[in-house]
Amino acid sequence: MKIAVCIKRVADSETRVKIAADGTSLDEAGVKFILNPYDEFAVEEALRRKEQAGTGEVVVLACGSGATQETIRTALAMGADRGVLLESAALPADGLAVARALAAELKDSGYDLILFGKMAIDDYNHQVGPMTAELLGLPCVTCVAHLDLADGKGTAEREVEGGMEEVEFPLPAVLTVDKGLNEPRYPALKGIMAAKKKPLDVKPAALGTPGLQVLAMTPPPERKEGRIVGEGAAAIPELLKLLREEAKVL
Amino acid sequence: MSHVLAVLEQRDGTLRKVSHEVVTGARRLADALGGEVHALVCTAGPVAGVDAASRFGADKVTTVTNDAFGPYAPEGYARVAAERAKGGGYGAVVFAASAQGKDLAPRVAAKLGVPLAGDITDLSVDGGAVVVTRPVYAGKALLKVKVTATPAVVSLRPNVFTPVERPKSGAAETVAASGDGGRVVVKGIKAAAAGTIDVAEAPIVVSGGRGLKEPGNFRLLEELAQAFGGRAAVGASRAVVDEGWRPHGDQVGQTGKTVSPSLYIAVGISGAVQHLAGMRTAKVIVAINKDKDAPIFKVADYGVVGDLFEIVPVLTSEVRRLTSA
Repeated sequence: MKIAVCIKRVADSETRVKIAADGTSLDEAGVKFILNPYDEFAVEEALRRKEQAGTGEVVVLACGSGATQETIRTALAMGADRGVLLESAALPADGLAVARALAAELKDSGYDLILFGKMAIDDYNHQVGPMTAELLGLPCVTCVAHLDLADGKGTAEREVEGGMEEVEFPLPAVLTVDKGLNEPRYPALKGIMAAKKKPLDVKPAALGTPGLQVLAMTPPPERKEGRIVGEGAAAIPELLKLLREEAKVL
Repeated sequence: MSHVLAVLEQRDGTLRKVSHEVVTGARRLADALGGEVHALVCTAGPVAGVDAASRFGADKVTTVTNDAFGPYAPEGYARVAAERAKGGGYGAVVFAASAQGKDLAPRVAAKLGVPLAGDITDLSVDGGAVVVTRPVYAGKALLKVKVTATPAVVSLRPNVFTPVERPKSGAAETVAASGDGGRVVVKGIKAAAAGTIDVAEAPIVVSGGRGLKEPGNFRLLEELAQAFGGRAAVGASRAVVDEGWRPHGDQVGQTGKTVSPSLYIAVGISGAVQHLAGMRTAKVIVAINKDKDAPIFKVADYGVVGDLFEIVPVLTSEVRRLTSA
């Protein structure tokens, strides 16, 4: 199995968000960056599929700044074979621009599977995977939480409102994966050492002209200061009164 | 002047409620752009409730039928929506950021060669361009984004755009789509327990965390949810989902669902950043926790400090009394 995994370097969810002086982006000073958690499931799935097949290659691709090499090395430490960085000083808000750069690199490369996390936890875009599939003309299933592959075909389950959708598709295919698909491994020390020697190509990202322009990044509106209604069950009548008469939600 | 295409959803031949929000969002854009709202729904047969589209402001409602369009057919639906969007010279195309919309909208945008402004919480038109707001960094920042491509393709976060009645003629037409459903085939939906509603769509969410102490105690929250008479769903924090107490589909938070219900009741949840990311846009938040210093009380509109095992049953019986009155 030849598998590509497209990953992203993102700010850790625990990070305190400070807006940069330009008023349109994150101030990266002091921010910890990690491999997007959903992409960890994608890397893990690729490694397991290759291990099961007993042969193949897992290639990790990312679009981003030079620092993204570190993120690619994390995936290489988990066990991926080689990495490709499509370098761009900053990533546009437009997911299609990123999909174009990835598709240009993935085109005609003979992958059986191209995996993505279902979304990045920084921009919540949920779109680069299916857009890349569309540009490559490949079938795509998003938010895969369960996966069976056999004889050039796949069956996936994806969560929808009120249940699990069962989906069949042919390979090669693009899949975006959800939590629950597997339990990602931690890179072992041996893997971390080995990762330093694995090939990592760096080339410029062909992003094109983005069609979204960020006007401003602002903090979310403060929630109005709440109040403690009371202690214990004795507070319930007052709580319900407030929900009906003040908040008007009941 | 340009029209707006509203892409609606049906399941099992019934229009989904989230589509009312889509028509309302599309109507807002169409009013600002000086055009009409044209609604589109893909289906195998008649769609019950599709007339609601005109009630919320659709000037035209097109039902596109194909034998393969009963369940969601990603490639077939995308082909139809992209052809419509191209053919109609639309200024904007509006989807729901539902499970289906999150899958479909990027495909359609890519076919049209334009970006997708996804999961938005606000929209407007400024100098003829669509401007949207979307939460990023787990809701810790809002991005204001101008769409410089045409059509502007957007998807609306569920439960944010409250449906507004704006009766229009809603001229109905049905057309047959040629071709098949595509290579990706949805065989069906394994439904969750009957009568439950999804946390992402419920107007009321009752969520539990580690404070519940053991999985069996979620019964208390299920009873509370039931007391709201079919309007509430039970959610969970990441901690209890990771412990295997609740399915991942119930998880509210950064690596779970983002919910915007009218009322969110957090029970025994301390309020980690990762959880707040999923529920901070709820209209009203109630927290019940024994630790008065828990971070959840910082975002809660109303807090009750104390033992949830004492408080929740009383709340349930009081709610039951209210809803049955």
